[in-house]
Amino acid sequence: MRLEYFEMIDSVVSLDRAAGRIEALAQVPMESPVFEGHFPGHPLVPGVLLTETMAQASGYLVLAHLNFAQMPFLMAVDKARFRSFVGPGATLSVTASLEHDGSGYAVTKAAIRHDGKLLADAELRFRTMPFPDGLDALMRARTAKIGLVMDGDPAEAPAGEPA
Amino acid sequence: MSDQPSTGTATFERVADIIADTADIPREKITPESHAIDDLGIDSLAFLDIAFAVDKAFGIKLPLERWTQEVNEGKVPAEEYFVLKNLCARIDALVAEKAAKV
Repeated sequence: MRLEYFEMIDSVVSLDRAAGRIEALAQVPMESPVFEGHFPGHPLVPGVLLTETMAQASGYLVLAHLNFAQMPFLMAVDKARFRSFVGPGATLSVTASLEHDGSGYAVTKAAIRHDGKLLADAELRFRTMPFPDGLDALMRARTAKIGLVMDGDPAEAPAGEPA
Repeated sequence: MSDQPSTGTATFERVADIIADTADIPREKITPESHAIDDLGIDSLAFLDIAFAVDKAFGIKLPLERWTQEVNEGKVPAEEYFVLKNLCARIDALVAEKAAKV
């Protein structure tokens, strides 16, 4: 995670487009300017950034589901719960499932776990719309970087096998 | 078979309840003649909330993107989609279309 750059997802562990489900990893850094303020001497990942982490995992899932035809933009957060503190160094498992594929919008349920323990969960809604100029290429590059590649998807290949 | 719009039908009652719950609008203000935007003040975000609830309740997918495009291009007046009796008639048609496919 590069908290200050809002790059929350480090890698995609698995993507099941047919089932509408994604699992990703997010490694909380040991140090970040975010922790200098939140809170001095007691560093915690802010709940809004955990929400963003769930939104990004969901967003990658929706991008894959739509085959990059449209860009999802977060428009609603429902039932967000932050069940435990998240501090520096934590390895987070982030999951999202597609609950509804609407016309011009999508709904996901997402969760964050650490060592199997549920830390946060929420229901998220996205408006889906054509990519603004240039964002398409940027998103493709970013998804490739985290291992979410649409053609010969390595996230769907067995571990250890080349894409 | 009637070609009357869904005035006072079970569909309207369900949709009106959804709008009242989702957009926090007094139920008695919602009539079949109400325009969702002009009369009820429902904004685009709230309308997507309503669409989600309608999709789930009726097991359909309201074609909002196509409707929006048609309205924006001036092909169809907004009333055709956003006056509730017309919206309910389209929901009925989508439900019937889905049933015919099964």
